[in-house]
Amino acid sequence: MQTFDLEAMGLRALNATLHGLKGQTNQTAWEIVNPKGAHAIAAGVDAPVDITVRGSTGYYCAGMNKLATIRVKGSAGPGVAENMMSGTVIVDGDASQYAGATGRGGLLVIKGNASSRCGISMKGIDIVVHGNIGHMSCFMAQTGNMVVLGDAGDALGDSLYEARLFVRGSVKSLGADCVEKELRPEHIALLTDLLKRGEAEGKAKPSEFKRYGSARKLYTFNVDNAAAY
Amino acid sequence: MCGIVGLFLKDKALEPHLGQLLTDMLITMTDRGPDSAGIAIYSGAGEGRAKITVQSTNPTHDFKDLDEDLKNAIGPPVLMLEKDTHAVLEVPLDQLDAARSALAHLRPGLKVMSAGESIEIFKEVGLPRDVAARFGLAKMHGTHGIGHTRMATESAVTTMGAHPFSTGSDQCLVHNGSLSNHNSVRRDLKRAGMTFETENDTEVAAAFISHKLNEGSTLGNAMGATLTDLDGFFTFVVGTRNGFGVVRDPIACKPAVMAETDQYVAFGSEYRAMVGLPGIETARIWEPEPATVYFWER
Repeated sequence: MQTFDLEAMGLRALNATLHGLKGQTNQTAWEIVNPKGAHAIAAGVDAPVDITVRGSTGYYCAGMNKLATIRVKGSAGPGVAENMMSGTVIVDGDASQYAGATGRGGLLVIKGNASSRCGISMKGIDIVVHGNIGHMSCFMAQTGNMVVLGDAGDALGDSLYEARLFVRGSVKSLGADCVEKELRPEHIALLTDLLKRGEAEGKAKPSEFKRYGSARKLYTFNVDNAAAY
Repeated sequence: MCGIVGLFLKDKALEPHLGQLLTDMLITMTDRGPDSAGIAIYSGAGEGRAKITVQSTNPTHDFKDLDEDLKNAIGPPVLMLEKDTHAVLEVPLDQLDAARSALAHLRPGLKVMSAGESIEIFKEVGLPRDVAARFGLAKMHGTHGIGHTRMATESAVTTMGAHPFSTGSDQCLVHNGSLSNHNSVRRDLKRAGMTFETENDTEVAAAFISHKLNEGSTLGNAMGATLTDLDGFFTFVVGTRNGFGVVRDPIACKPAVMAETDQYVAFGSEYRAMVGLPGIETARIWEPEPATVYFWER
């Protein structure tokens, strides 16, 4: 286990060290202490390592993550795991706005609540939120899966493309072109896997979720839909 | 972008440390607003006493014998404490309006930053660390305070464009965001008798709340009315003599984090502003909901 004191060593040294880990490395376990809400902690990591952040983080923690497993033992500020490519990011507490925004792949798990715009413009990432998500979540979400064990705020999935949204609790309102869809056996299988990998097994049953997806009416401009744009 | 910090103490034992705690929070928010900084601190006054904080671009001239001149105009006792470009004048509470009128004649160049039974406001252009040092913020005590670091968007980087804005007795407001209908709201408020020092959007929000309070609204209702009448992006933190409030617009893209313990309620634009507070590790920490009014009163 490599321990890195962020307060003593500074953010540039941390990220330069983590960026130096390429491909196979013997330094596979990292612990970052004294994060104190700093920005861009462990952003841009590109190696199959395990990183644990002991405390809460600021903006863009684990942004652009590739291959690494990054666990935040606290809450995360805006843009956690933004544009993640692969790997896993687990936030033990809450996440601020636009968690997992534009994510291309990998798994983001938020064990508390996520704030507004969670999964905005997601492009293949899987997101599992144990609590609730805020308004405008999954806005223009393109592909990937969003699983919410709690409730969703206003305008869920506005202008949605092909991302699949699963919400167990209430949805305050659906955004333009987002509709409820049938939960079929393949979705139960998908949920079973995501709940397991999202450390939510036993917290919820796949059958308790409702599925939401795109009505596919806003894909191309149609003057009859002008009011909905 | 701007930075906001706020601290409302529940535990009297922390009151001597309010200035130090707020100064540390303010300096941490320098990245969000290096143009100017300001702080409103509520530290009370003696029974039957009131305070006026004034600012001058020429303090050596304006503050010379100001206490004597004011005493001759409104009667004793008048106390003055100079702090860099600002001075705090303590006057009898029943002479507060008379003192303000007298000041306008005695020193026409002075700007009144705040007036009331408890509030003092200090603000200047420059890095938060430098502004805090000039006014000795770290040594100030009080019951609650609000600080702001400014990255200007709507109006010029000037002392009067810095936050907090005070538009009513013991009231202040700071803002992260920008308002788009402030000119029309300012016109309405002017017609209703409110006066303005600047072209700044935030001053309009402050005056809007002051006007509602003057009409008899509660702090909660006055803050709630910003959600229907003000258009734009905002996280507001508001102070009154005995209260502290927070409201965010329905889109809520301007960040806000709150922390509460048995000792205090704290606000920060970012969590890192609060990491030095006592007991933060076990505090209840949350993000204020959009379009929801939060306030605490003693």
